[in-house]
Amino acid sequence: MNVDKIRADFPILQRKVKGKPLVYFDNAATSQKPKQVIDAMHDYYLNYNANVHRGVHQLSEEASQAYEQAHEKVGKLINAELEETVFTRGTTDSINMVAAGLANTVEAGDEIVVTGMEHHSNLVPWQQVAKMKNAVLKVIPLTDDGRIEERAIADTVTGKTKIVAATHMSNSLGTINNVQLMSKIAHENDALTVIDGAQSVPHFPVDVKKLDVDFLAFSAHKMLGPTGIGGLYGKKKLLEELHPASFGGGMIREVTEQDASWADLPWKFEAGTPPIAAGIGFGAAADYLLNIGMQHIHDHERKLTIKALDVLNKDTIDVYGPAADHRGGVVTFNVKGVHAHDVSSLLDDEGIAVRGGHHCNMPLMKKLGIQGSVRASFYLYNTEEELDVLNNALGKVAKVFS
Amino acid sequence: MIPADQDELKNAGMYRDFILDHYKNPRNSGTIENALHKHDSNPLCGDELDVYLKIEDGTIVDIKFQGHGCAISQASMSMLTDHIKGKTVEDVINMEKKEMLDMLGIELSVSRVKCALLGFLTIKKGLVEQHGNT
Repeated sequence: MNVDKIRADFPILQRKVKGKPLVYFDNAATSQKPKQVIDAMHDYYLNYNANVHRGVHQLSEEASQAYEQAHEKVGKLINAELEETVFTRGTTDSINMVAAGLANTVEAGDEIVVTGMEHHSNLVPWQQVAKMKNAVLKVIPLTDDGRIEERAIADTVTGKTKIVAATHMSNSLGTINNVQLMSKIAHENDALTVIDGAQSVPHFPVDVKKLDVDFLAFSAHKMLGPTGIGGLYGKKKLLEELHPASFGGGMIREVTEQDASWADLPWKFEAGTPPIAAGIGFGAAADYLLNIGMQHIHDHERKLTIKALDVLNKDTIDVYGPAADHRGGVVTFNVKGVHAHDVSSLLDDEGIAVRGGHHCNMPLMKKLGIQGSVRASFYLYNTEEELDVLNNALGKVAKVFS
Repeated sequence: MIPADQDELKNAGMYRDFILDHYKNPRNSGTIENALHKHDSNPLCGDELDVYLKIEDGTIVDIKFQGHGCAISQASMSMLTDHIKGKTVEDVINMEKKEMLDMLGIELSVSRVKCALLGFLTIKKGLVEQHGNT
């Protein structure tokens, strides 16, 4: 993997911030976009802008084909068929869609299981379903270093469990969860898994068939694509049974005055005119990642993560989450005695973009006994030299607050 | 010497010594019993703030605060509490944001302005609730 060549595809990486070269370490929030993705969307608007699945004219044919192919490309990235790859507005929308669809299968006294490291987007929808249906929301506890042990899953999931909603990789701790094991245990209890893949699909190989997950939600903008679009994988049989949550044009087969039937998968879940350019950009992003190879990206991020943990291994810094073996390219920390936003501001002065705050995970911050933390998250275009810049900048933070 | 980068100069100023001094040694830190108490938080950063105001004959005779927050929000509270002690409730309700920001005297980005104003807005809200809009 040639990082210099990759960096040349991302014009934004050439810009300066506060007079310093940009070091973009906020990839868990959103990734930067390569020219190939921007060009693909540009090309649609400039050369074949038309609505999809409507007209038989040339432009509509071209747009429809590109939009369908985008589904195939995204499906290929996670080893799913076209019928199993629904485009949504993003991870949050995907999870809400599944939650709304599965709510009908939940009865009073049933259990919905989440983990102690869920992003609010994979917690709040389930809280709502549980409240609406008088179901019990159970939380798989974490170890002190922010992992989930097999025993904790087996102890929490029972015969009463209907849904196991879990993140594949924690956005705040970096922990990679064994969702294959979770699915196995869920299936032994006749429960379904709904996996938040927002941080996993962009960063390492995810094979839905091998993992045997039932639903997988992810966002384009965290994987080099545009905002406003994302993916929902579901096993074909489950998507066929799942009731759509949004109705209208594009998702119907036949409509009479009093009734309607649904279009084939995946269109049954895509009511209204979709964000076509964004969808095409999403496909281009999947292509870009497939060309480089997800395993290469994972290996590169692993190298960066090991070095980052080394850089942060200081008496003045608290690091959260597990050892490098159990985590992806996210490291979360605090400089002792310094608020996360002050650290973020001082790093920003050095051109380094990190996230400071609660990372949309207030229960976890509470468990860790902190108000917030600083998060550095990596991607394929980051370099080891950028970690040296971080190291120097942390020295300056310590000096200011000494 | 002319600074190479205007931005750098500006931002180096955010954590000036007097800001850090107020952060590390906050004035008026603590609680007051039987006083007007107002709690507020900034969900964006998880900052929390408790303010206690002792009011006699429409004048703020004592004020204390407790909270967790960044250097900017804590230094702002420290300076603000010193500033409004002895002032009338009416004066504080009518105080403009600009007065608070001028008191800090540092360049702040849009997101950090919120940190600087958290305490100011909390106090104003508490006084308006208690005494009405004057």
